[in-house]
Amino acid sequence: MPKTEIKIGGFGGQGVILSGYILGRAASIFDTKYATMIQAFGPEARGSSCSAQLIVSDEAITYPYITAPNLMIIMSQEAYTKYSPELAQGGTLITEEELVVTHNLRKDIIHYSIPATRFAEELGKRIVVNIIIIGFTAALSGVVNADAAREAVKASVPQGTEDLNLKAFQKGYDYGLSLRS
Amino acid sequence: MGEVQLFDDRAVPANPAEDLLRIDRIPHIWCPGCGIGTTVNCFVRALETSTLDLQKTAIVSGIGCTGRVAGYINLDSFHTTHGRAIPFATGLKLANPELKVIVYSGDGDLTAIGGNHFIHAARRNADMTVILVNNMIYGMTGGQAAPTTPLTATASTMPYGNYEEPFNLPFLADSCGAVYVARWTAFHVRHLTKAIKEAVQKKGFSFIEILAPCPTLYSRRNKLGDGMEQMQFYRDNSEIKHGADTKSVGLDFQGRIIVGKFVDRERKPFQEAMFDHLNKHFGNLYVPSEELRSYNAKNRN
Amino acid sequence: MHADPIGVLTGPHFIDGDHACSEGAISAGCRFVAGYPITPSTEIVERIADRFPLVGGIFIQMEDELASSIAIQGAAWGGKKAMTVTSGPGFSLMMEHIGYAAMTETPCVFVDVQRAGPSTGLPTMPAQGDMMQARWGSHGDYGIIALSPNSPQECYDLTIKAFNLSEKYRVPVLLMMDECVGHMIERVVIPKAEDIEIFERRSFSGAREDFLLYQADADLVPPMAKAGEGYHIHVTGLTHDERGYPNMSLAAQGRLINRLTDKIRLNADAIADYREDGVEQADAVVVTYGITSRTVLPAVEQARKEGKKIGHLRMITTWPFPEKRIRELASKVKSFVVPEINLGQMVLEVERAAGRSKARVLSVPHAGGSVHDPKEIYAAIMESLKG
Repeated sequence: MPKTEIKIGGFGGQGVILSGYILGRAASIFDTKYATMIQAFGPEARGSSCSAQLIVSDEAITYPYITAPNLMIIMSQEAYTKYSPELAQGGTLITEEELVVTHNLRKDIIHYSIPATRFAEELGKRIVVNIIIIGFTAALSGVVNADAAREAVKASVPQGTEDLNLKAFQKGYDYGLSLRS
Repeated sequence: MGEVQLFDDRAVPANPAEDLLRIDRIPHIWCPGCGIGTTVNCFVRALETSTLDLQKTAIVSGIGCTGRVAGYINLDSFHTTHGRAIPFATGLKLANPELKVIVYSGDGDLTAIGGNHFIHAARRNADMTVILVNNMIYGMTGGQAAPTTPLTATASTMPYGNYEEPFNLPFLADSCGAVYVARWTAFHVRHLTKAIKEAVQKKGFSFIEILAPCPTLYSRRNKLGDGMEQMQFYRDNSEIKHGADTKSVGLDFQGRIIVGKFVDRERKPFQEAMFDHLNKHFGNLYVPSEELRSYNAKNRN
Repeated sequence: MHADPIGVLTGPHFIDGDHACSEGAISAGCRFVAGYPITPSTEIVERIADRFPLVGGIFIQMEDELASSIAIQGAAWGGKKAMTVTSGPGFSLMMEHIGYAAMTETPCVFVDVQRAGPSTGLPTMPAQGDMMQARWGSHGDYGIIALSPNSPQECYDLTIKAFNLSEKYRVPVLLMMDECVGHMIERVVIPKAEDIEIFERRSFSGAREDFLLYQADADLVPPMAKAGEGYHIHVTGLTHDERGYPNMSLAAQGRLINRLTDKIRLNADAIADYREDGVEQADAVVVTYGITSRTVLPAVEQARKEGKKIGHLRMITTWPFPEKRIRELASKVKSFVVPEINLGQMVLEVERAAGRSKARVLSVPHAGGSVHDPKEIYAAIMESLKG
């Protein structure tokens, strides 16, 4: 996968920015790829809706913005409505099953969904939803190497929560593998 | 050294203040009868008799007639921008807390354009002595109204008399947290010298307001006579009231002048508050600057 | 000299340009920062506030940008390497003190994370609208150096370079970032301390009798003393002589102001830093700086694929402007294309340097708020090749 343009959308507090950060860090620090992340700032970053954009590439990234995302991770209905039309033809859409109803789903894309909120509740911490989705993304998209992603998770979450987050990552990763087979 | 040696052959005895003045910059720019020179004389005498290490003492001025003081004092001296002597001094002191930093400037410089810095330095207890010469007017630019011009006094920009309430500077400094607040006039040379000596030996934000005549632009326009007459006015109308409530020491046009030491209290100066807090927070991990570490070792028990 | 290892976080990091700038300052030996919060530069001082207690630095949040921009100069005369950081309106407020630093030859670094203006403008969106202000914003004639990073890695590298140049030439050096670079997160590799070259100001160490604060060496830069060394220095923003004493004569003004500008002008070749790609055979050369040097690349690539001979000259040092190089190229190329996130600022310099040559100079203006659409740049490149 020479170059992947990724857009992550959700609402504030879901860890949208952190998700992009972990994927980028996995690719560029714990793997040998390049990554450029742009944070949405201003009212957008403070209010309810929130997005991050990330490019992961085998080559140095020149133009830093995404033009047509080919991987999209959506964690809210509003983000689905707003961003899913931007997804490139043949692109991959990943949604949180309980938070996003994929009405009018485009036929030209690949879609995966995961009940990450339910999985997180089973793990006892709703806050790890985004990490579960990162595990799921790692299993299905190939944009990041799973070991690199684990390292990035470990290095990016608050101290003392590494085990919980790695468990969350694995939960999402395993679920992703189960869909793939 | 050439120019300084010129003075070695003089028949007259050397001015005892010579070591602390840049003799090669004399004559100074101040008008006859101006009070600033008198304050400088008091300042120099205060420093000479103080315990300060004069190799580690710096003077910082802003812009204006009093802003020229730094240029005549033979210490490390900084003539900065208009209104900004205090923040410059803040940076200088923090870079090397072992320096004693003295700000010497005028009323317009320190309380109009520099007013924001004045209140914040007092609030955070930036460790410096601020000597403010209040001549109630902008001298250098030609007699415009200042935040200290008394009601009804005239100025070139208040040609029909001033209708803006002036600052009561001791009250301002006091309410912002200054540890030492005094007011004297250019007439009170002995009191003033003693006050400067006290203020510069104090830790934290110390403040002295000095009323001084501006015969050229304030006294003449307001028909108050020459510098000598203003000095006589100070003599006849000043009342020494140590510990006076600073609220009560506001100045009216040619009214009573309450002078004295109004505030003398202890507050941890900024660099010590910073050191103590970070030291407590980080313990052994805290790395203060070398200068701050050395300052602490030498100056604190 | 090499960097003090205490602050150097050797290794790869995934951080934004603002944080990379903070780390660059720490690696460079900056140990005094004064700032006032303003978007989009605030993250720089936040990281400094976080990191400084662990590396021997002093951070102070001042009451405004005027205070910040002069506090750093007090600190510089106290012996510190010092920096202030701002954006937009804050940069406007700092102009007087850029002049004071130039006049008093106070080494210090000003970081401007540019946002769209004028006035409050678009606080969270990028622009490159402060380029002429950086050069000419304070009154009077003086020289400064300005650098334009295009990635978080360069925010780190060029902050170090800014300090080195500032120490070397005793001038304020301006790091002209923009919101895009400031908030962009990428891999930043911090080298080992021993691999980071650091330049320290030359200091005077002779006897007090021999000391002249502003007696310049052959490179037009005077050695520096700091407060507390016993030299009884006098520093003033007034026109001054070699002693630092005010001197209101025309001769003193001529001597001082010419030296202040000449120390940059005559060292311009040594200071100017730019990167070239394919300019030798080019018909059109795209001239860029900062983030624009990246956003033009898709257009340059596309035009090249179509067989067009397109060169790219990217300025890393925007001031002094690489006038000599542009003049050389002007005699060879058909055109210059200058995209900037402003309505045409550095393009004026390109026009000036291209002078009476036949090369066309095309501005690709942008009012600010985002980067260029590569299509606009492609269209301008094609347009520039016509006729």
